[in-house]
Amino acid sequence: MTLLRSLEEQKRQLLMDRSAAGRVGTTFVPLDVPKTKLPDENLLRDQLEMPEVSESEIVRYFSQLSQFNFSIDHNFYPLGSCTMKYNPKLNDEMAGLAGFSEIHPLQPDETVQGALRIIWHLQEMLTEIMGMAGANVSPKAGAESELAGMLMARAYHLSRGDTGRKKVLIPDSAHGTNPASAVVAGFHVVSLPTNDNGDTDIEALKVAVGPDLAGFMLTQPSTLGIFDTNLLEVVQIVREAGGVVYGDGANLNALLGKVKLGELGFDVVHSNLHKTFTQPHGGGGPGAGAVMVSERLLPFLPTPTVKKETAEDGTEKFSLFTPPESVGRLSPFHGNFGALVRAYAYIRTLGNQGVSQISEDAVINANYLLTQLRGTFDLPHDRHCKHEVVLSAKSLKDAHGTDAKDICKRLIDYGIHPPTMYFPLPNVVEESLLIEPTETESKETLDQFIMVMKAIAKEAEENPDLLHDAPHDTPNTRLDEAQAARKPVLRWKG
Amino acid sequence: MNNDFTSPYSPNTEKDRAAMLDSIGIASASELFDDIPEEYRFPDLDIPSPVSEFELRKELENLAAQNVTPGDYASFLGAGAYSHHVPAIVRQLASRSEYMTSYTPYQPEVSQGTLQAHYEFQSLVCQLTGMDVANSGMYEGSTSLAEAAMMAARITGRNRIVLLDTVSSDYADVVRTYTQGHELPVDVFSNEDLDIGEDVACLVVQQPNVFGYMEDLESLGESIHSKGGLLVVVADLVSLGMFKPPGDYGADIVVAEGQALGVAPTFGGPYVGVFACKGEREFLRQMPGRIVGQTVDTQGRVGYVLTLQTREQHIRREKATSNICTSVGLIALMSTVYMAAQGKKGLKHLSELCYHKAHYLASLVEKIPGYSVPLEGTFFREFVIQCPQPPSKINERLLDRRIIGGMDVSDQIANGMLVCCTDVNTREEIEAFASALAEIGVMSE
Repeated sequence: MTLLRSLEEQKRQLLMDRSAAGRVGTTFVPLDVPKTKLPDENLLRDQLEMPEVSESEIVRYFSQLSQFNFSIDHNFYPLGSCTMKYNPKLNDEMAGLAGFSEIHPLQPDETVQGALRIIWHLQEMLTEIMGMAGANVSPKAGAESELAGMLMARAYHLSRGDTGRKKVLIPDSAHGTNPASAVVAGFHVVSLPTNDNGDTDIEALKVAVGPDLAGFMLTQPSTLGIFDTNLLEVVQIVREAGGVVYGDGANLNALLGKVKLGELGFDVVHSNLHKTFTQPHGGGGPGAGAVMVSERLLPFLPTPTVKKETAEDGTEKFSLFTPPESVGRLSPFHGNFGALVRAYAYIRTLGNQGVSQISEDAVINANYLLTQLRGTFDLPHDRHCKHEVVLSAKSLKDAHGTDAKDICKRLIDYGIHPPTMYFPLPNVVEESLLIEPTETESKETLDQFIMVMKAIAKEAEENPDLLHDAPHDTPNTRLDEAQAARKPVLRWKG
Repeated sequence: MNNDFTSPYSPNTEKDRAAMLDSIGIASASELFDDIPEEYRFPDLDIPSPVSEFELRKELENLAAQNVTPGDYASFLGAGAYSHHVPAIVRQLASRSEYMTSYTPYQPEVSQGTLQAHYEFQSLVCQLTGMDVANSGMYEGSTSLAEAAMMAARITGRNRIVLLDTVSSDYADVVRTYTQGHELPVDVFSNEDLDIGEDVACLVVQQPNVFGYMEDLESLGESIHSKGGLLVVVADLVSLGMFKPPGDYGADIVVAEGQALGVAPTFGGPYVGVFACKGEREFLRQMPGRIVGQTVDTQGRVGYVLTLQTREQHIRREKATSNICTSVGLIALMSTVYMAAQGKKGLKHLSELCYHKAHYLASLVEKIPGYSVPLEGTFFREFVIQCPQPPSKINERLLDRRIIGGMDVSDQIANGMLVCCTDVNTREEIEAFASALAEIGVMSE
């Protein structure tokens, strides 16, 4: 083994393998009270196998590890449907203020008026942006918002004695969490095809609706990056059949100030605050969700929601309350408050003018990529897109054997995080690449990306192995995912 | 569009936009929104005008200052969220933008930092809880519990969930929220009236329980296992520095709130839910959440990937084991760094510190006329004080003395206040709290 390889391996050594008896990673708070007799020995553990590493080693280890990540601060990260845009640093600092980060969730309302005021204002601003009647910001992710929304749909039908509504329609282009959430909420799911134009298939919809219809979950713009031109008709058909119209707001970055889904007749719209309103994604969370509802679903919002009362002298008092027919509690407390502070700060910074500009720039940027890459890659839906564009690598694959994954891995060599691959699913688009540039990227960055994509297409033709073997300069080359699943090794063992 | 505001987050200039629109072949950006029905297009947004960083900072600092903040106040509030001293390296490392501003590690070659850190998290969780495997995190403790209950139902093919009445009622509520759409009744029993039949998927026990006391896990485990159901334990990770881990009692699934390990209370979140279980194949197949596994690359080097993804939504859609795809990676990282920093010595020390401090407070309280410590048994860092007056009244008066009292549990124990001591409660604070209780106790209501 070369020296270099062994140094590389040392960098990857796990905490337990770095341990040396007697090392400590911090100083310990001293015992300043008299000791009490410890409980009976059979209640106590006889061994605690945890790391023994020094503070300096911990910092070196995790700092080196961090450098194995691509991130939005370091790389263009056009991961479709994930809205990887710049996360303002001010917002992190504000969420870290002791008056926010140290407060306990069970403190009496009168001791946390500043925090409750932020939650209330955020509820109000999100309600206005979506054109709905009310909001709850306690869900901790998009998928939990979906669950809350579908539980509200269920509670709404049951409150009317309408017990037979068990079916939820979901387009085949939807995110996988939509069907999963509907099932957790107790529904059965029927998948609805998308027509050749990428819109809802109206004839299929008409056939699918009936007295058992609970609701229709659709994403706008869809995961194909396009706004459904039949939307008004879709909403009308679902509502006339007695269903609830659910809007998955994962893609709201395209619609801010362009349309209010509530005005189109949606009953529930959720927002992934970490996408549209910039909570950093943290390598897979924390996220935060918000669920906005129409008048008829207001009584069913999750608890707690924040309300405001104004006294005669004009003093405002904020308090937690449970809506009359609430679907219940999603958390022991109030959701991911740290993310709510960031969302609030973001909307306040941009204000009414800046919020509308987000979507305009996000959509211009995506359409610019579409225009510039037309001809190099296949365009399954060659029409104006919204904030993201779907390309297909099918022709390149047919001609040179280089698939969507190969292109993605080769992008890494150029310092660009790959777009989302194989979503939309192969039955909707083959060899798909879902590209979302966001509004926080400059034209210069987009131009670089276009050049790189064209260069890769050329490499596919001239030297396809460059793509097959990519990435070349990462701490790991392609990893054996099949082995990981076949023989799971899921933890350190001594 | 009003042109007097320019977002610092978007680089597009008018010139850039014009050039791109020209390339797209349209005259105005509004044409890109032609597919939105005209009467609904471009609505007004009635939200406030933009503010500068300077103004916003002032506004938020002012709002933060309106909150009564532990640190400025002595606080004895626990009940599911805990203040502990957090070493500086936890926040420092977690605020590295490589960790903070990356996404779920779908592309393993450019996510080894996140993946290996999650693998460390899974490993340390297993060691602390005494379990075989752990996932890389759920939203927080109560959703971990809801997922555990649903998983137990899938594994056993049974449709009844039983919770001991000493499990947090908020956790019980979240379980009901998640299971309400299914034929999955959730029953709550006291230890004395425990009624477990062969239709019960799992028994849920919180250890220490919601009042801070240790349950007899050994006999509870026997009760459920003898009927073929699973033992689900809601653990307190800080207690595991000294107490025997649930794995030693034969727990099948262990869930926990990870917040106490390195994360500030933050008015309720973000936290991280711990989820660990036995390593049998059926458990692995039914486990919710993200799981990181070790493997090798094309050059034989060790690396990490998201694995067992055939359980997950993006592949299984309506047949997925769970709808949760957030692992709360950043908070799991904070807990990992915290566990590494505390290490073998520090976790035991911390655990014992909490134990001694809470018992010191209890010893002082027992001497105050009118107050008592009514529950018997072994407690860890929380216990219930029976007060001479309603706790809500006492808490109001404590606030005047810059003390945040415990949680009012008088709906369960007459005039009961659930208090908590951790490493951040100094002897001085504990004694001041006891003196304040003594003073307030003799005041008329």
